[in-house]
Amino acid sequence: MNRTSRRAPRRLLAGIGAAAVLLAAGACSSDGSDGSGDTRGSGGGASGRPTGTVTVFAAASLQESFTTLGKTFEKRYPGTKVAFNFGGSDSLAAGITGGAPADVFASASPRTMKTVTDAGDAAGTPATFVRNRLEIAALQGNPDHISSLKDLTRSGLKVVLCAETVPCGAATRTALEASGLKLTPVSYEQDVKSALTKVELKEADAAVVYRTDVKAAGGKVEGVEFPESAEAVNDYPIVRLKNAGNASGAKAFLALVNSAEGRKVLGAAGFLTP
Amino acid sequence: MSPSSPVPAGVEGGPAGSARGRRARPAGGGRERPTGGGRRAGAPLPLLLPALVGILFLLLPLLALLIRAPWRDLPDQLTSAQVWQALRLSLLSATAATALSLALGVPLAWLLARTDFPGRGLLRALVTLPLVLPPVVGGVALLLALGRNGVVGQWLDAWFGITLPFTTTGVVLAETFVAMPFLVISVEGTLRAADPRYEEAAATLGASRFTAFRRVTLPLIAPGVLAGAVLAWARALGEFGATITFAGNFPGRTQTMPLAVYLALQNDPAAAIALSLVLLAVSVAVLAALRDRWLTAS
Repeated sequence: MNRTSRRAPRRLLAGIGAAAVLLAAGACSSDGSDGSGDTRGSGGGASGRPTGTVTVFAAASLQESFTTLGKTFEKRYPGTKVAFNFGGSDSLAAGITGGAPADVFASASPRTMKTVTDAGDAAGTPATFVRNRLEIAALQGNPDHISSLKDLTRSGLKVVLCAETVPCGAATRTALEASGLKLTPVSYEQDVKSALTKVELKEADAAVVYRTDVKAAGGKVEGVEFPESAEAVNDYPIVRLKNAGNASGAKAFLALVNSAEGRKVLGAAGFLTP
Repeated sequence: MSPSSPVPAGVEGGPAGSARGRRARPAGGGRERPTGGGRRAGAPLPLLLPALVGILFLLLPLLALLIRAPWRDLPDQLTSAQVWQALRLSLLSATAATALSLALGVPLAWLLARTDFPGRGLLRALVTLPLVLPPVVGGVALLLALGRNGVVGQWLDAWFGITLPFTTTGVVLAETFVAMPFLVISVEGTLRAADPRYEEAAATLGASRFTAFRRVTLPLIAPGVLAGAVLAWARALGEFGATITFAGNFPGRTQTMPLAVYLALQNDPAAAIALSLVLLAVSVAVLAALRDRWLTAS
């Protein structure tokens, strides 16, 4: 109850935040180029200290871990600021190809990343920095004794899945096809977080979500691993963007994500590091 | 509060105005336009310019939809079973939501307009809250109230075995929650504009208050009720946030057109545009059918 009353405003805030980021990104793109000009002027070169604002577009599932890494970044390089825009990978990619000013793009699926590289907006080749596996989110205490993907096909059980148009839904379908199971949910949710919410609110008995979402939910749902999830591991690629206003900042952020510390934070959130 | 207590001005003027307008010139709506053109020539620039920008702003997105529509693939897109399933469900649930809004909303509007009790102003503010509430918040609130684990919903489930989320009934309830305030506001405005002396006259002739309402008031405010119903129907047809939050998304059961558009947009924009065109066409058709009552409102 408490959780949801917080969730709704948070979603609103996320919307406002996204708008603010876009505004900030617009305002700071000149800021950022000033910063890199500074670096060049002082002869800092490639190893120059990042300055200004780094704008990062990242998949919604990265919200918790990237926010932590952003704070680490700002602490390590005083005077910098990391502005995040978290959202569905598809809409973020659409924003980038549409000209939204961003320095870094971290996507939840190679397919959405491909739309960015195909449009020629990426600087360099995207690299997979984490993987995510599916997990069953059951009610707290697992009252229905769900222990496998097959258990979800039991009649009378209300299961919600992600819509097949979003990455987690596509992955779920791959896992179901691999296991030869036919599962009819009560709803195909528009994103992974709303699928999870339905279980948190006890409106659904189970959902197939990412391991990281189960982790992020704390003790509100119970995670059940299933072997078929190995068939549908999601790769998360990250790339620096070509029209980045803050190239040095983008490089430094990528370095932090790939560092041992970055892996520790992402691992703690439930991601598998390659 | 006095009978002339604050009512949203536009609403009071809207339906009531349209009612009066219709009476004054029963079939003259279309023929008045030439005179309107004559007036336009004299429009001062500071008014004309923003007005034209306003027109452009409202029509440009619709025009863009038409320009970018995948006309060649349209027949294929529109003959898919999923589109018709979603459209059928949308029309059905919006109509049911309007019926429910009428059944509950007209008496509610009467209560707000014709009776006096402490806290009436507050009550009006509260029941019209869904007008300003983000629909997603409405959906969450409905889950907390009527969900399987909700404040009331848990008893519905325990006593009657009724669960509302993920059902078509849930869609209707979500749409009603969002759409009914439009009807209430509209009908209340018309009631306030209607002369209460007709009801008083009926009462002096021995009619009960309910008979007076049924035989005198209701025919008097019929145009306002109709306008409110159209408004509520249109709002219900376009409802997205509360529906997807409360009723989920399952083709044929809870996936209405706006949900189908949103989900198609994620990976198949062409299909989303095609679906949007259908919704646009339906809206235009309804508005055109009600043109006499609606668009000629002075």
